[in-house]
Amino acid sequence: MTETIAGEIDAPRTPADHLRSLVKHAVLIAVSLLMIYPLLWMIVSSLRPTEVIFRAPGLWLNQLYVDNYAEGWFALSQAFDWYLVNSAIVVSGAIIGNLISCSLAAYAFARLKFRGRGLWFAIMLMTIMIPIHVIVVPQYILFNAFDMVNTFLPLVLPKFVATDAFFVFLMVQFIRGIPRELDEAATIDGAGHLRIFGQVLIPLMIPALATTAIFTFIWTWSDFFTPLIYLTSPDMYTVPVALRSFLDATSGSNWGAMFAMSIVSLIPMFLAFLFGQKFLVKGIATTGGK
Amino acid sequence: MSALSELSHLKHRGPVTPEQRAARRKEASHDNKAGYLFLLPWLVGLFVFTLGPILASLYLSLTDYSLIQAPNFLGLDNYERMLTDDRLHQSLKVTLIYVGVGVPLQLALALGVAVLLNKGMRGLAFYRSVFYLPSMLGSSVAIALLWRQIFGTTGLVNQVLQLLGLDATTGYVSDPDYALWTLILLNVWTFGSPMVIFLAGLRQIPTMYYEAAALDGASRISQFARITMPLLSPIIFFNLVLQIINAFQAFTQAFVVSNGTGGPSDSTLFYTLYLYEQGFTRFDMGYASAMAWLLLAIIATFTAVNFLLAKFWVFYDD
Repeated sequence: MTETIAGEIDAPRTPADHLRSLVKHAVLIAVSLLMIYPLLWMIVSSLRPTEVIFRAPGLWLNQLYVDNYAEGWFALSQAFDWYLVNSAIVVSGAIIGNLISCSLAAYAFARLKFRGRGLWFAIMLMTIMIPIHVIVVPQYILFNAFDMVNTFLPLVLPKFVATDAFFVFLMVQFIRGIPRELDEAATIDGAGHLRIFGQVLIPLMIPALATTAIFTFIWTWSDFFTPLIYLTSPDMYTVPVALRSFLDATSGSNWGAMFAMSIVSLIPMFLAFLFGQKFLVKGIATTGGK
Repeated sequence: MSALSELSHLKHRGPVTPEQRAARRKEASHDNKAGYLFLLPWLVGLFVFTLGPILASLYLSLTDYSLIQAPNFLGLDNYERMLTDDRLHQSLKVTLIYVGVGVPLQLALALGVAVLLNKGMRGLAFYRSVFYLPSMLGSSVAIALLWRQIFGTTGLVNQVLQLLGLDATTGYVSDPDYALWTLILLNVWTFGSPMVIFLAGLRQIPTMYYEAAALDGASRISQFARITMPLLSPIIFFNLVLQIINAFQAFTQAFVVSNGTGGPSDSTLFYTLYLYEQGFTRFDMGYASAMAWLLLAIIATFTAVNFLLAKFWVFYDD
C-alpha cells in the first residue's frame, strides 16, 4: 500500500530525474541481456547442427534442426523418457515426504509447549547449515548396510523424517503469522491437536506448503550429488546423472544432442519457476528477511 | 526474523528467579506428549540421518574403513596424513579462492542490482524474474554443460571475441589459469537469490527515512551509506553467512566442467570433489570422514568468526 503512495509522491519529474531513470533502465536491460543470453543461445543452439554451434554466436536460425532432439533422446542405454520418469518418481516422493514431515515438526515448534523445545529448535536451526558432504559417508555406509544403494530410497526416505530443516523453519515462520485465536476457538469446540493441525492450520498453510513443494521440486530435480553417489546402475539414473553421462557416451563432442537434452531437463524447472515464482520470492523473503 | 537472528537471540534471555523458572517449566511442559509426537519424524531424522552420521564419521575418521573390510583403528593417522597431502592443500586453496572471491563478488552484484531495482519502479517484476532465474537453474548439470561449451576452445566466448577481431583460441575450461575463474563467474551469475532477499529487506526500510534525509540535503550516496547500509546490515550478514556455507559445498559445476577430475592440473579440485574422490571412487572412507570433519570445522570457524565480527558492523534496531 505505502509503496504505491510513495511512488506517486515521487512522480514530479525533472529532466534530470528522467535521464537518471533512462540510464538506470539501460544498465538493467544490459545486465539482463548478458545474464540471459547464454540461456537463449543454448535454446537456439539445440536447434542447430553441431558444426554450426562452433561458429554461430548469434541467435538467428536459418532452419530448425530438430534431429538433435531425436538423436539425444536415444543416445544413452535407455530412451530419455526413462530418466525423466526416474526423476519424477524421486521428486514426487521427496515432495510428499517434505510436506508431511516438515509440517508436523513445524506445528510442534510453532504451537506446542513442551520441554526442551528451545534446545531442539536451536539444534534444528543449526542443522540447516550442515553440509551434506559432512554426513554423506556414514549415511552411505548406513544405506549400504540395509542394501538400499542403487534404489531410490536413499534419495526419498530422509525427506520423510524432515531432514530438510530449511522447510521446517519456513513453515514455523508461516504458522507464527497465523492468529492463535483460530486454534483456541477450535480447542473450545473440543478439537485435539491433530484436528487443529489438519483442519485449521493445514488449509491456512497452503502458501507455505506450495513454497516447500516448489523448492523441493527444483532442488531435487537438479540434485546431482546424491544420485551420483547412490544410483550406480545406468537404469536407475535420474536426469542430471544421465545428462552428465553424455560426456562419456559422446566423448563430450556432440553438443547438439547434449544441448537438446539439457533443454529438455530444464523445461520442468523453468515451468516450476514460472508458475511458482510468487511463492519462491515470498518464501525466500520470509526466511531470509527479518 | 531470519534463522540467524533467531540463533543469535536465543542466548539473550537474562537471569531468572527459581520461582519464575518453575513457572516457566510448568508452562513449558504443557503439551509434552503431543509435542514429542509431532516432533517424532524430525527427531528420527535428526538422530539417524544427521547427528548419528556426524558422530559416526568422527569415529570412522580414526580408522581405515573401506566398506569391504572391518575398520582398523588408526588413531590420528588420517589427520596426520592430511598435513602432507598436497592434493588436499591444493583443494583447500581452490575452495578458499572460490569462496573468498566468488561470494563477495556475488553479494556485491546482488546488492547493487537490488538497490537499482527500488520500490515501485517500472518493470520491477520483469527484471526480478530475469535475474532470479539463473540462480534457480545454476546448480543444474545442464548449465554446467553449457558452461563447458561457452568457455571451451570453440565456445561462445571465443566466438564473440573473434567477431570483435581478436585472435581468441584459449580453451578457458581446459587452461589451469582460467578454469577456476569460469566457475567463480558461474557463481556470480547466480546472484539472483541473495538479490531477492536484499529486495525484501529494502522494502522494510521506511520511505520516510529517505524523504527526511533528502529534505536535509543528503546526497544519494550518503543516503545509501547512512540509511540503507546500516538498516540492511542484518540481511547482508544473513546472505554472507549463507552464501559462504553454500560456496564451500559447491560440487556439481566443478565436477561436470572438469568431468570429475578437478582438472586441468587440479585447478578446479574443490574440497568436495576431493572428498568425493577419496570416499566414493577410492572408497577410503576413513580418510574421507576425516576430511568431512575438517570441512565441518572450517565452516564452523568461518561462521563463528562471522558472528563475532558481526558485532562491529551489523546493526539491530530491535
